[in-house]
Amino acid sequence: MNSLIRLLAVMQKELRQLRRDRITFAMIVGIPIGQILLFGYAINTDVRNLTAAVADQANTHLSRRFISELRQTQVLNIGEPVSSPEQLEAMLRSGKISVGVHIPHDFDRRVMDARPDAHLLVDGADPTILGVANQLVSMPIAFDTRPVPRVAERSLQVRPYYNPERRTAVNIVPGLIGVILTLTMMLFTAVAIVRERERGNLELLINTPVSTTQLMIGKVVPYIGIGLIQLALITAVGKLLFDVPIRGSIVELYVAAFAFIAANLALGLFISTVAKTQFQAMQVTFFILLPSILLSGFIFPFAGMPVFAQYLGEVLPITHFIRLTRGIMLREASLAEMSNELLLLFAFTAVAMTAAVLRFSRRLD
Amino acid sequence: MTSDTEYAIQARGLTRRFGDLVAVSNLDLDVPRAGIYGFLGPNGSGKSTTIRMLCGLLTPTEGSATVLGLDVTGNTSLLKPKIGYMTQKFSLYGDLTVRENLEFIADIYSYGRSGRNARIAELLADYDLEAQAKQLAGTMSGGQRQRLALASAVLHRPELLLLDEPTSAVDPRSRRDFWAKLFELSDAGTTILVSTHYMDEAERCHRLAILDRGVKVADGPPAELQQNTGMTIIEVLSDYPSRAQSLLAGLPEVRSVTQLGVRLRVLVPSHIDSPLELVSAVLRDSGFLAECKMVDASLEDVFVAVTRDGETSERAA
Repeated sequence: MNSLIRLLAVMQKELRQLRRDRITFAMIVGIPIGQILLFGYAINTDVRNLTAAVADQANTHLSRRFISELRQTQVLNIGEPVSSPEQLEAMLRSGKISVGVHIPHDFDRRVMDARPDAHLLVDGADPTILGVANQLVSMPIAFDTRPVPRVAERSLQVRPYYNPERRTAVNIVPGLIGVILTLTMMLFTAVAIVRERERGNLELLINTPVSTTQLMIGKVVPYIGIGLIQLALITAVGKLLFDVPIRGSIVELYVAAFAFIAANLALGLFISTVAKTQFQAMQVTFFILLPSILLSGFIFPFAGMPVFAQYLGEVLPITHFIRLTRGIMLREASLAEMSNELLLLFAFTAVAMTAAVLRFSRRLD
Repeated sequence: MTSDTEYAIQARGLTRRFGDLVAVSNLDLDVPRAGIYGFLGPNGSGKSTTIRMLCGLLTPTEGSATVLGLDVTGNTSLLKPKIGYMTQKFSLYGDLTVRENLEFIADIYSYGRSGRNARIAELLADYDLEAQAKQLAGTMSGGQRQRLALASAVLHRPELLLLDEPTSAVDPRSRRDFWAKLFELSDAGTTILVSTHYMDEAERCHRLAILDRGVKVADGPPAELQQNTGMTIIEVLSDYPSRAQSLLAGLPEVRSVTQLGVRLRVLVPSHIDSPLELVSAVLRDSGFLAECKMVDASLEDVFVAVTRDGETSERAA
């Protein structure tokens, strides 16, 4: 009973302080909305409007029609025509264009025989652009002169599930929930204990009968509510602005988020017991945030990473959370089908929390 | 154990090192119950370190201490509810109101809801904080903050209060009021250990330990310390006090010379014969116009006598 009163006292104190901390309060709402607008609008792996130029040395009816079809794909944004492939190379080098299209003199004849019709000069330094160029290569050119399209020769056909329009936001937003929660939750608790130490409150606290566990749990619980509010904000904005669906159970999404928030808060608390100053705590937080963005499958497909990086990614709670959110929101999967991911999050929480409680010293030496 | 009832604090050979620095060295303490016990010493003399060791915040490097019959080097969870600690720096929450701070502390000490509100009302009245109840603690004056800190330290009615330089940031009037509160608490049976670097505060303590560079150099009731300085105190009123000071300080018989305005206080060890004549003659021979007389030792004289140049022999009883 007494321990419950103490736990509630710590929670109430945290909430009262939070209410008065306008900047933190603004961050709770501002970070999710700002990030989702930024990521939602800025990141687009479905590349369009690549800068391009055409050197049309054939200049025939057929070649002009070919160029106009290229324009219609909207993949290339073709500027003023140039006269030679050398000019295309120069523009590529200077960065004025990402793709150059070279149509040789004998274009009309090439269309008729087995040789390639034209050349694409591509800034292959960016694999994404190269990938788009490869899509262009398979573009069927259904000329009257050649009624059999090459596409019929393919042995595989792609049927895109879950995101047929290939909109990046659909893939980004579920992952973004993880990134935003990692940032805010870890940061809030990473500075929690350190701030009390810096302000001198800790010297008073550790001289009272409040136990370490009560202190830690009391500090964490209010933020679980805040994390869930952030989840509601992100999913709402995702739905309204980017039409990101939640196909599975909303309740299960919140259960997954609860486990993930707890994991990050516990990790933040652990950082808080290691760091000496708030500045250090923030540095460590960002040290963890970066791999959370890069190694979690948020931007780059997990399977494409080297095995070592995959192991690192598996250690991060966000990797498991992104699998859960994408599963629930996009593939209508149930938690039961992904129970091991959820259990891993709970296990992570237990380990981090135990480590934080053990590391926290009730003495000043 | 008899010591449980007789002494609130007992320490033997208490030592604390930080790397090469010896903050507290071989300290023996016997703090009787229900009195005000003072730690007098300059900054860096080991007062805070000692208080922190006594409430279990720092582990002693060597030695032992029992506080209220409990060993401070072991598990101190039984001790915490019995002691109240007021840190040197304000350590309540500046972004909580006075009432919210007290509510938090009361909940931590497991007051029931009704008992809590009654106790807080009582403290707000006692410590003259009723008008500030809804004010953020961080926006209050030094004196108000100090009253709040004391109110929260005594909220759970501890047997022992440890106060680390509680009056270092407040004006003289607040200091006087503060000490009136300490005497009330002491009369009600609370043992108080208070550290200070103010002589007038030290004088009010029932018993006093003077610390110098981590070593206890004097221990006893202030009056007793003043009687047993082992020094003769000569007050000199002279026309050129600064020059007279340099002259007298050079004498091998003189322990120390302190200038207080136009007056000099000259400390001469008691074993020197006819010190008044000695000092007068030296000044007269050098052409000073001086008036010399023997006076009673003040606590400041005691302090100067025991701490100077690290000459640290036990002088008091």
